[in-house]
Amino acid sequence: MLLRIREPVEAVTFSFDGRSVTAARGDTLAAALLAAGVETFRDSVVGGEPRAPYCLMGVCFECLVTIDGVQNRQSCLVEVREGVVVYSQHGARLLTEGGQR
Amino acid sequence: MRRITDAGELAPHYDLVVVGAGPAGLSAATEAAAAGASVLVADENLAPGGQIYRAVTRNTPEKQDFLGQDYWKGRAIAEAFSALAIDYAAATTVWNLDAAAGGEECASTGLTLGGVARMISARAVILATGAMERPMSVPGWTLPGVMSAGAAQIALKSVSGIPSGRIVLAGCGPLLYLLADQLLRAGAEIAALLDTADRKQRMAALRHLPDFLLSPYLAKGLSLLFSVRRQIKVISGVTQLAITGAGHAQSVRFQVGRRETTIAADCVLLHQGIIPGINLTSAAGCAIEWNDAQRAFQPRTDKHGRTSLSGLFSAGDGAGIGGAEHAAVSGRIAAVAALKDFGLLPPSEASSRLTELEKQRQVYRRGRAFLDALYRPARQFLAPSDPDTMVCRCEEVHAGTLRQVIALGVPGPNQLKTFLRCGMGPCQGRMCASTVTEIMAAERGISPAEIGTYRLRAPVKPLRLAELAALPQTPAAVFAVTGRALEHDSIEKKERTNDDTSHSDPHHAPRR
Repeated sequence: MLLRIREPVEAVTFSFDGRSVTAARGDTLAAALLAAGVETFRDSVVGGEPRAPYCLMGVCFECLVTIDGVQNRQSCLVEVREGVVVYSQHGARLLTEGGQR
Repeated sequence: MRRITDAGELAPHYDLVVVGAGPAGLSAATEAAAAGASVLVADENLAPGGQIYRAVTRNTPEKQDFLGQDYWKGRAIAEAFSALAIDYAAATTVWNLDAAAGGEECASTGLTLGGVARMISARAVILATGAMERPMSVPGWTLPGVMSAGAAQIALKSVSGIPSGRIVLAGCGPLLYLLADQLLRAGAEIAALLDTADRKQRMAALRHLPDFLLSPYLAKGLSLLFSVRRQIKVISGVTQLAITGAGHAQSVRFQVGRRETTIAADCVLLHQGIIPGINLTSAAGCAIEWNDAQRAFQPRTDKHGRTSLSGLFSAGDGAGIGGAEHAAVSGRIAAVAALKDFGLLPPSEASSRLTELEKQRQVYRRGRAFLDALYRPARQFLAPSDPDTMVCRCEEVHAGTLRQVIALGVPGPNQLKTFLRCGMGPCQGRMCASTVTEIMAAERGISPAEIGTYRLRAPVKPLRLAELAALPQTPAAVFAVTGRALEHDSIEKKERTNDDTSHSDPHHAPRR
């Protein structure tokens, strides 16, 4: 979890697992979620263990989320945008629209 | 700089494509554009700077005063880049790179921007993919609340964020102390820094000391060490590190000598040096070699960054760790060499510029050998001995399982994939490759150079099938798949695509 020590300049609002989250324009989605107090981003594919971003630079793939229906997006590489709908992922993905069970 | 936000704005061809917008990539692009070349810089991040100068165009020295002086050196690099006519595609993923082959003159770069894929041709490609942190597999490192030190630094640079609660830093290397210093300035609560550096390495580093004494790292390093040691608890000689917690990091257990200690932690930041990010370079087919001093694989290059494949260059930390300032100069060197190779710079002009740049680079190489030797990670953190340590985070393969399968006589890391799916998850081996090679080398008692590393293949980053399918197709490719020639297109389009045939990928040639 991250604590912002400087006030964000311009606020952006989006949703994560159905709840509203406020971030700053220019943030990556992963950093915005951590700063909003999100601890666990997903459950792992094999063992169902809780996981969260490890590298924040596009290497570890622990920050995978579903963004506007597209699964397995690296949230550390995506800019947060007003109104995007983000879901955490649990277990392996399905080949259905949005991958939701 | 012309910011490209839509794949439709990309030109189909450039003199030079640069992958990565850190110090090496930005400097390479600046050098080439100043000499008149058409340049595209494709980068995964949202803004120029790479990891070291991340968000440097968004931050200000007044507001982000906790980042330290060196960070602001990125400003000049980003400004010089912005001032020139360079196409810059941010938030862009490069997933494929084919060197020129079969009589073609151009390399082909596959990239995705805004959900649309494109293949871009270029006379030369400079891979400035930078470094990644060497993964530090310890028990509990997959728990939420555990991040790499680099991740915490990125949070600091990108959103002025510090981990909340009690922080424990663990591992070795200069970055760990730099981060401690930055976090302290930002007001974070650091419970301890657990230094896992192998004390035996001090002797090994000694012979490189004279060179280090002349380097710019000396003064910086010493003041950093003293400052950090004055403010927080630094524990040296740490072994048997493990993180525990229920669903989240809660404590860190470790030994010093035979004494075991446990301390409470809300956030654990791991680090044991940085290694070149070679996935794209390796997947492109560039020869890879083992650098024993830095204990990592890197592309084989000549002194100007030419890889084993014609038209492909590697610069910056992606070609071997040298630091940010070294990276910037090496980017310029690769750009001049590329321009010289395809005749955009007269040989005499290129040679004198290269001589000048090589002299600059020499300064930044000073002291590196000392740092490499001193901070070589301890064996137990390169090849974890605890059988329950997870090595492959994606497919969840543990060190014990790996050792059992290695004992069966598996020839190399690639065959381990068949047995265990190790390295076959979404990260494509980035988080386990170095550890798998180290464990195999330790088990066999031979050098990692002989073990090798994963064979990598495109796409090196995830790509939606729809994007791949939507790529413009050559008639040869369509014929190869359907067995029929294109018939329904207008004559004009046919002429254009027929022309494309001569440049088509030999792999897509018709097969019957």
